[in-house]
Amino acid sequence: MASNGMCPSVKNILLLDSEGKRVAVKYYSDDWPTNNAKLAFEKFVFSKTVKTNARTEAEVTLLENNIIIYKFVQDLHFFVTGGDDENELILASVLQGFFDAVTLLLRSNVDKREALENLDLILLCLDEIVDGGIILETNGALIAEKVTSSSLDADAPLSEQTLTQAWATARDHLTRTLLK
Amino acid sequence: MIAKLGNLCGLNAGFFVFRRNSEEEEEEEEEEESRCSSSTTRRQGKYLEDSPPSAPPMAQPLVKKDDDHDDEAEYSPFMGIEKGSVLQEARVFNDPQLDARRCSQVEATEVFFAVTKLFQSRDLGLRRMVYLIIKELSPSSDEVIIVTSSLMKDMNSKTDMYRANAIRVLCRITDGTLLTQIERYLKQAIVDKNPVVASAALVSGIHLLQTNPEIVKRWSNEVQEAVQSRSPLVQFHALALLHQIRQNDRLAVSKLVTSLTRGSVRSPLAQCLLIRYTSQVIRESGNNTQSGDRPFYDFLESCLRHKSEMVIFEAAREITELNGVTSRELTPAITVLQLFLSSSKPVLRFAAVRTLNKVAMKHPMAVTNCNIDMESLISDQNRSIATLAITTLLKTGNESSVDRLMKQITNFMSDIADEFKIVVVEAIRSLCLKFPLKYRSLMNFLSNILREEDCEFTYLSTQILHFLGVEGPKTSDPSKYIRYIYNRVHLENATVRASAVSTLAKFGAAVDELKPRIFVLLRRCVFDSDDEVRDRATLYQNTLGGDGSVVETDKDVKDFLFGSFDVPLVNLETSLKNYEPSEEPFDINAVPREVKSVPLADKKAATKKPTGLGVSSNGPPSTADSYERMLLSIPEFAKFGKLFKSSAPVELTEAETEYAVNVVKHIFDKHVVFQYNCTNTIPEQLLEDVIVIVDASEAEEFSEVLSKPLRSLPYDSPGQTFVAFEKPEGLATVGKFSNILKFIVKEVDPSTGEAEEDGVEDEYQLEDLEVVAGDYILKVGVSNFRNAWETMGADCERVDEYGLGPRESLAEAVNTVINLLGMQPCEGTEVVPPNSRSHTCLLSGVYIGNVKVLVRLSFGLDGPKDVAMKLAVRSEDESVSDAIHEIVASG
Repeated sequence: MASNGMCPSVKNILLLDSEGKRVAVKYYSDDWPTNNAKLAFEKFVFSKTVKTNARTEAEVTLLENNIIIYKFVQDLHFFVTGGDDENELILASVLQGFFDAVTLLLRSNVDKREALENLDLILLCLDEIVDGGIILETNGALIAEKVTSSSLDADAPLSEQTLTQAWATARDHLTRTLLK
Repeated sequence: MIAKLGNLCGLNAGFFVFRRNSEEEEEEEEEEESRCSSSTTRRQGKYLEDSPPSAPPMAQPLVKKDDDHDDEAEYSPFMGIEKGSVLQEARVFNDPQLDARRCSQVEATEVFFAVTKLFQSRDLGLRRMVYLIIKELSPSSDEVIIVTSSLMKDMNSKTDMYRANAIRVLCRITDGTLLTQIERYLKQAIVDKNPVVASAALVSGIHLLQTNPEIVKRWSNEVQEAVQSRSPLVQFHALALLHQIRQNDRLAVSKLVTSLTRGSVRSPLAQCLLIRYTSQVIRESGNNTQSGDRPFYDFLESCLRHKSEMVIFEAAREITELNGVTSRELTPAITVLQLFLSSSKPVLRFAAVRTLNKVAMKHPMAVTNCNIDMESLISDQNRSIATLAITTLLKTGNESSVDRLMKQITNFMSDIADEFKIVVVEAIRSLCLKFPLKYRSLMNFLSNILREEDCEFTYLSTQILHFLGVEGPKTSDPSKYIRYIYNRVHLENATVRASAVSTLAKFGAAVDELKPRIFVLLRRCVFDSDDEVRDRATLYQNTLGGDGSVVETDKDVKDFLFGSFDVPLVNLETSLKNYEPSEEPFDINAVPREVKSVPLADKKAATKKPTGLGVSSNGPPSTADSYERMLLSIPEFAKFGKLFKSSAPVELTEAETEYAVNVVKHIFDKHVVFQYNCTNTIPEQLLEDVIVIVDASEAEEFSEVLSKPLRSLPYDSPGQTFVAFEKPEGLATVGKFSNILKFIVKEVDPSTGEAEEDGVEDEYQLEDLEVVAGDYILKVGVSNFRNAWETMGADCERVDEYGLGPRESLAEAVNTVINLLGMQPCEGTEVVPPNSRSHTCLLSGVYIGNVKVLVRLSFGLDGPKDVAMKLAVRSEDESVSDAIHEIVASG
């Protein structure tokens, strides 16, 4: 977001699968106003990076005046985009935070299936890393903690505690649906 | 893959495409897309249609049965539905982009209301999803009412995560009125002991500052308190907000920076912000530098020793971007960047090499220390890094490293993207110009590309062939190239084959010993399948003498092969169209050389130019190369020898006068030619026999040898007249000339464009023209001034001091001396940092007679405005060193 002045800013965070399709994405800038523009950007970025080996260390490239820092694990491709005058290392720290948090949230089973099954956690994770382009947190453990602190509201009356079970049931139900 | 080069390079000009060598389907597809943007759009459109518009591909298993239009039906009976299925349905809305944007407004509202019901759940995870959806849906203000009460309740919840998230949601959807209601809570939240809550409030503050600045500005005290927070992220957000609140108040920003640089910032991100603010303060406050030391530079430098890499890099980057940064200031930053170059992390290497690449444009010398590290990056797996490394090296390399570098690039060429190869070839071309002595290895390289690269980029191939044709015969062993060039005749398309035939002919014409061999090859080309190739082969066989014996080639033939084509194509086309087949052959010499003016009637219809008739806009060619060609095409001047220098055009008339005249001074060893570019700006007049009468009484050592009048000068169609003078050979003779434009005026009838038969002789006074010493010095840069200076030695050194008197500024004094000498400033030393009290400027050039000259100018302010200058000149000839001093002494 241009309005952030001199503050480091993130234009988008993408989580794509090994074919370049969306798993979860979040855009913070108006550079890609339409859904088509977003999909085109994702496809472009994916095609330009897919052949590189970004599995041990995060890689970086400059595409269409954007710096893109990326890292691949299993069939998941993580991307963080910033403007071309952004400090690459700051963007890299955002990617690392996102990646670490997802690893923790998925209990180290970082792959597409697990990610889809826990999509809610990943979306919350995106929400906790960056807000409107401004970096909220880059420490993966803290991000994961914020996402998972789904302990019950202290105000909740005892009778509603059963919702925990409802949540668990829902989760199982969903898993079954997905596995069908 | 290389076959696609032609298609790719024009279209992807804005960025590099980095690819590996393997060829796969994906790649085919990608390249096809690059081929034309419209097809790209089409494809993407198709791609979209393939997947359901309402859902991201990932959500397909869940969403398929759930079209947008079903939303209402699915959600209306929300309350009664079993919790599990509620959750499942809620997930449909999980993806922020798609559902939110795609649902029509009505549906969005429906969904919104449905979702708000989920507030009744106490499950934190679910609540968080609800927040997310509300943010994405950004409901209109009437709908906001529904959720605000719930959100406000959450904002005061004892659960920190509720508070933090409710703040972010509420601030996203709030308007001014609501904001005043919740302002109290927000101020509290900023200083909340939970860092997540404080950050949420601060970040929301940053966003709200755009829409409701007056409210957010009232939070200054709380934000200031938060800057001192122990939590690193709170500190970062507080600093960002505080700066934005105060950004229009320079003094306040300066105070903020001053207090914080004393060291209370813990978070690396906040430290990066502080570095940015500090350099902004440095940029804006150049004025209080008395000692020459930059304020806050020490702070930036100390950040280079920070434990966080992002801070080190931020500081290094800002230092390199300081206005007029000195080499002393640069050194520590370059040193840390150099360390980054050998990091195991690609991001660090990329960041460092990208910054150094930028530095190399302005301060190539500062980066040379990194050359060894840079060279190892040429083979970096990450092609972006390799690209940046190689282009940096080409900028910083000195003459001695060219050979080694070329060898490196040769290894490198085979596995880089095609469009990048063009970048390399272009870089080599500029290297050729920079280091003329190295042309041998550069030529070898180019011929290697031709041989090893199966380059099917026609334009590039023909350019290389043309270049080889002109330069190849001048090498010591031209025969070496012939085989490679002839191979093109077998392997390439018709255009390249034709070009190769021409190149062969040039070798034949220029190197007599090779002629018989060239003939054999040309004879074979006569059997080519393409007309143009056959025609050329036949033509060259005939022009080169037919029998193939070792004879000296005619000058005419050489002119034909190597000379430039000076007949305007438009005129040639017209003449050819008008030519009727007859006994009389078509005579190319009969084609008019002057560019015809458009008939008057058409002219009037055209829009009037804003500033009258600019001579330069449609004037004659202006680059040195084209001047030389043009002068050579005039037989009288061709015998003057090699053109040494052509000056920039000097205006001899005021703007908006009847006749616009400017002059270009062409300096030869023994002659000076004045080229007067004249434009007639009166539609009702035609000028004939235009000539400039030059009075050289104040230029005693010059004697006029010839004058070349301009036959006709119609309205708005620039023409040239020349006057040539002889002068003492090899000397920088100066003088002053007064000029009068003489011509015959004929009235023109504007309606028909016909001129009357009889004309009247008339004169027009032009301004005086001077030939100055600077006209005899060529601007020729050196890449490494210190080396060049040492190599030149002190044998012919002349040093003296001059007082330049009161000057507007140091920069103005430096500019004046540079312009006076007409030499090339080196290493960016022509830029004087604002407010400096002294400056050293390095100049280099070639004096008439091809004598290299180096100048070191040291300026100092002597008193408030007086500038003193020390001038040290080194050259290969002491009389030249003296001459430079004379220029300064008399200027």
